[in-house]
This record gives sequence, C-alpha cells and structure tokens, in this order.
Amino acid sequence: MITGTTQQTQAVSRPDVAFVHAEGVMLRSLTKKYGSFVAVENINLDIPAGSYCCLLGPSGCGKTTTLRMIAGHEEATSGDVIIGDRRVNDLPPAKRNTAMVFQNYALFPHKTVRQNVEFGLKMRGVKMSDRAQRVNEMLEVVGLSQFGDRKPTLLSGGQQQRVALARALVTRPQVLLLDEPLSALDESLRVKTRGELRKLQRQFGMTFIQVTHAQDEAFSLADQIVVMDHGHIDQIGIPTEIFSAPASRFVARFVGDNNIFMGKVTHVTPDTHAALIQLQVDRLGTFLCRGQAADVGMTAACSVRADRMVLKPHTTDSHTPNHLSVRIATVEFTGYVTRVSLVLEATGEEALYKVRTEDWMAQPLQEGQSVVLGWSTEDCIFLSH
Amino acid sequence: MLKSWKSVEPYLLVTPQTLVFLLFLVFPIATIFIVSFWEFTGYSMTPGFTLENYRNIFTSQVSLATYLNTFKFVGLVWFFTLIIGFPVAYFLAFYIDSLRWQIILFLVCTIPFWTSNIIRMISWIPFLGREGLLNKLLMGIGLTSQPIDIFLFSDFAVVLAMVHLYTLFMIVPIFNSLMRIDRNLIAAAEDTGASGFQVFKEVILPLSQPGIAIGSIFVVTLTMGEFVTVRLMSGGQAASVGYLIRNQIGSLQYPLAAANAIILLIVTLAIIFGILRTIDIRKEL
Repeated sequence: MITGTTQQTQAVSRPDVAFVHAEGVMLRSLTKKYGSFVAVENINLDIPAGSYCCLLGPSGCGKTTTLRMIAGHEEATSGDVIIGDRRVNDLPPAKRNTAMVFQNYALFPHKTVRQNVEFGLKMRGVKMSDRAQRVNEMLEVVGLSQFGDRKPTLLSGGQQQRVALARALVTRPQVLLLDEPLSALDESLRVKTRGELRKLQRQFGMTFIQVTHAQDEAFSLADQIVVMDHGHIDQIGIPTEIFSAPASRFVARFVGDNNIFMGKVTHVTPDTHAALIQLQVDRLGTFLCRGQAADVGMTAACSVRADRMVLKPHTTDSHTPNHLSVRIATVEFTGYVTRVSLVLEATGEEALYKVRTEDWMAQPLQEGQSVVLGWSTEDCIFLSH
Repeated sequence: MLKSWKSVEPYLLVTPQTLVFLLFLVFPIATIFIVSFWEFTGYSMTPGFTLENYRNIFTSQVSLATYLNTFKFVGLVWFFTLIIGFPVAYFLAFYIDSLRWQIILFLVCTIPFWTSNIIRMISWIPFLGREGLLNKLLMGIGLTSQPIDIFLFSDFAVVLAMVHLYTLFMIVPIFNSLMRIDRNLIAAAEDTGASGFQVFKEVILPLSQPGIAIGSIFVVTLTMGEFVTVRLMSGGQAASVGYLIRNQIGSLQYPLAAANAIILLIVTLAIIFGILRTIDIRKEL
C-alpha cells in the first residue's frame, strides 16, 4: 500500500472544527448488475478533491446505486472505485475514508442524539474524553447542542437531518456521500438546508457527492453536475452548462423548461465553433440550430429554452430565423416569471414560453390569441441523441 | 331518533366482546378467587372466608419445592427457546431474501404443531428411552457402554419437550422485530465503522428487544401453567404448579387448587409486569 501520501493532517485548531483534507473520487468502467438487470453500466467519472458533485436523475437511473458503490454498501459487478490514490473496491465502508448520510437519515431510534453522533467514534475506539469533546463540537456545528439527550424521533425532520450530518462528519471523512438529503424536508426548509450544506462543505473542505432528483438542488449546490439516465451518464458539466447547453434530449427534458423538436438533418455547414445545422421538422418547417456531431440524413432534435424565445403579433415584419405560428393557451403567473402555454397551430402540440412578468404585462397579448413564436439560431441547440 | 341511535351505536358494537370477556375471563377468575377462600373439610367445601388454603401453600415444603421446580422449568425453557429461537429468527430475517422461502421455512418451523401434543410426546419415548434410538446411537459410536437413563422420564425430557413445543412462540415475535429493522440502520452502523459483532450488539439486539419480550411472555405464561408435558415426560416424577393444581382438582380439593391458581396467576403477571417494565414493547403492537 502507499503510505505517507494518505496521512491525515487533522485539524490542529480545535475551536473551529474545520479541517482541510479531501480526496477525489474516480470511477472507472463501473458496472452494477442485478441478475440480468443492469442498474449502472460502464460509468467513468472524475470528481475532483474538495468539490461538490451532484448525481442528478430520475428515480431508477442508477444514481443511488452509484453512490452506494462508492460508499461500499453495494458491491460493483465490475470496474473500479478509486478514492484518492487507493482502489477501494475490496475495502469495507469504514475503511474508505467516506461517510454516508442516508435517505431518511437512518438514525438509531434507540440512541440519543449524542449517542448517535458518538457512534462512529465509539466503534473506532476513540477515548471517552476525546469522544465527548468531538461530539460537543459537532453538535455545536449543526446547532443541536441543547438536544443532545433527546431521542431522534422527538426531533423535527430538519433537526434529524442535521443529526445525520453530524454523525457522518464526526469521523472526519474525506468524502461525504449524501443520498437525497433534502427530499424529506418541506420546501422552505429545503432551501434553507441547501444553504447550510454548501456552507458545511466550504467549512470542512471535503468532497461532497450528493444524489438528487431535483434540478434546482443540483443547480444551487454543485460545482459539477452528473446527469444520469438508465444507468448511463448523459452529461457532466457545471450547472450553467447543463442549463444552457444540454447534451441530449433526456437532459434537455429533465432539466426542464426546454422546447424540443424532433426532425431530420438536411444540411450541415461546418463552422469554427459549432456547425450550422438545418433540421427539418415534420409539418413545422426547417429550423436552424448550432451543434456538433451532425450528419445529413440523421434523425435528431433541437432544443430551445422557454425563456430564450420571443412572442410577436403576426403583423410584425422582422422574424427570427426560426419561427412558428402558435396560439396562446394559458397564462400562468408564478411571481417574477410568467409561464405561457402555447399550442402549435400546425400540429396541436404544446410548447412553453417563459417571460419576465413585467415584460409580459407590457405586451398586449392575451389568451386565445394567435401569434408568432420565434428564436435565434444561437439559442437553438442541436441534440444528436 | 337517529341521533340517539348514533350515541348508543358504539356501545352496542362493543357489547358482544365485553360479554365474552366478562363471561369467559372475568367471571371464572372471580369465581376462583372467591373459592380460594372457602373452607375445605376433606370431604366437602363450604362457602366462607378462610386464609387456611393460602397458609397451607406458604408453609408446605412440598408446595414451595413445586413452585421452585416450576421456576426452574420456566427458566430453562425460556433460556433454551431464546438461544435457539433468536438465531433461527435472525437467519430467516437476514439470510433468506425471498418471501417465498421465508414462508416455506416458517412452515418447517411449525412442524411440531402438525400432530397432537400427546402423540408428539409419546413419539419421544422410542427415541429417548433406555432401548431408544439415541442410546443405541451413543452406544453404537462408543460414547457410552451403558444406556443413559436420564433422557426419558426426567427433567431433561420435560425441558426438551417444552423447548420443542414453544420455540416457535419465540421465533415469530423476534422475526417480526428483526424484519422491522430498517436495513439502512445496519448500513449506517457499518458505514461508521462498526464490526459485525458491534452491529449486532449496538443495533440489532436493542431493536429486537420488543420481540424478545413478547416471545418471552408467550413462553413464560405457557410454561408456568404446563402440566401435560410435565406429567408425561417426567413419568410423574417431576412436579409443577400446574400439575399440582390438576392433582388437587383430581382429589376434589377445589379451594386449595383455587388458591394455587390465584398465586400462579399473580406470579405470572408479576413476571410479565417485570418484562414490560424492562422493555418497551409498545412500538411492536
């Protein structure tokens, strides 16, 4: 084994519990099969040390299985999990320098909050006096000092979540794994706890890997988002990339509020950055979009964000390169943004248009009115798959 | 009219259950309680109030020895049903993944109940007797040259038969408790570095306590009142309170039998109370 390199430089400064030591995680051709069902297929992923990574996808996409394989609670069928510079496939969870926060927290119901947090230290044979001190520090970090002697079932969901965090953090892991940590909380608490998670990650500096099905959660927390579907990685990128440049139809649909048109590539003009592609869509006409990996004749799609479109009356002369005749179906006021459901007049399909409420109010458009929906070539993203 | 019907409806609904309860539980126990203070002349009993029956029990060496012997049986049976029942329940809950196999193996556990108690006990005789299979086997492999007598008609035989009979009552509630343990709790314990034994000691054992308590209540109450098994398997040589009561009824000493029954009831309830005080079983109900 490699010694010396994995030596832990633990916090010398006790009062602020922060310790900066993180390890990166690498997955190499990681596969998990249950009989003939493939839950995770050939995943390759590099998560830099000290970063916040979110595995994002719908239920059953393999994100939790991937997380559990990193934690060691699930055995990989093939491939490698590498933490720092060690291949950890054959190590038990406790030897991987990881700690996991379970969905629904998995707090020990028969132990007090203090005993729950203390558990990992006790199992590792840390001295009683050290244990008490570290538990106190940890309870203070998560703001639960006065609840130490309660049973977890007597705490609120948000407090239970913080106990789970404290229990995981107290062993000073280098990678913290979180399985849907916010899904059991109500909306306002979720937003608040999101901020706390991010703060903890900054304070402790360890690598966070979080599984979530909520895109807003991933967008607000992650340095790196990994979008998964059917056991595959569809896209890896920073939040703004995932949002503005989805790499596949699945990602475009999953991150939401994108309008997607399926069609056939009729012309490709190579360009320095991204090729200019003509996509012919049945009954709607030809759209111009930008992208890569396009071949004439292939079936593909283009995607445009609902907030990058414009609505204009039919009387306007200047039309954007891409435009469609639509009818305004319903207008939904949601606060800052107004969401407008549109029906494509040629096909009866639905489309979504999002606009700043102020701008919408300034327009004379109304429900039931027939208008032109347009968008630029630059905002129209070609999706080869 | 309708309104008044609404108000009596709940009472009507609980009436049958209440009647059954009063008629078949409260009334008989009250009767026994009253009879336990009656006088007994050796030929007949007369209504009255005397503590003579109780005094008899508490001063008689025989009845004290019988109570002690009953406690010995209860203790041994409880101990063996627990150390046999827990691993079986543990195996069924944690090592058998498919519900189908769990059901099949549960049915295997109920095999002792497929025949009547008497037949089951009689069938021990050719196995445990002096000329029985077990002695033949032990002599055959040279472990002993003489047949061993204590296998049959002994305390050993009584405990063996009762353990055989009652282990299932321990397995079922423990299994039930174990199945309720969130598997993520075990993963969480392993995640923080607990060894297999520590997971068992810190998580599984505490969380299976309600099941152990319920199983213990079953086994203790069943064993406390046993007399058929004690009579048959000891060949009449061992005594238990249940057997004593039966004999007293047989010789028409009803007040004495009633007093013994009341004491037995109080002792059993005290043990159950003790178990419930130690372990909170509410979450299991």
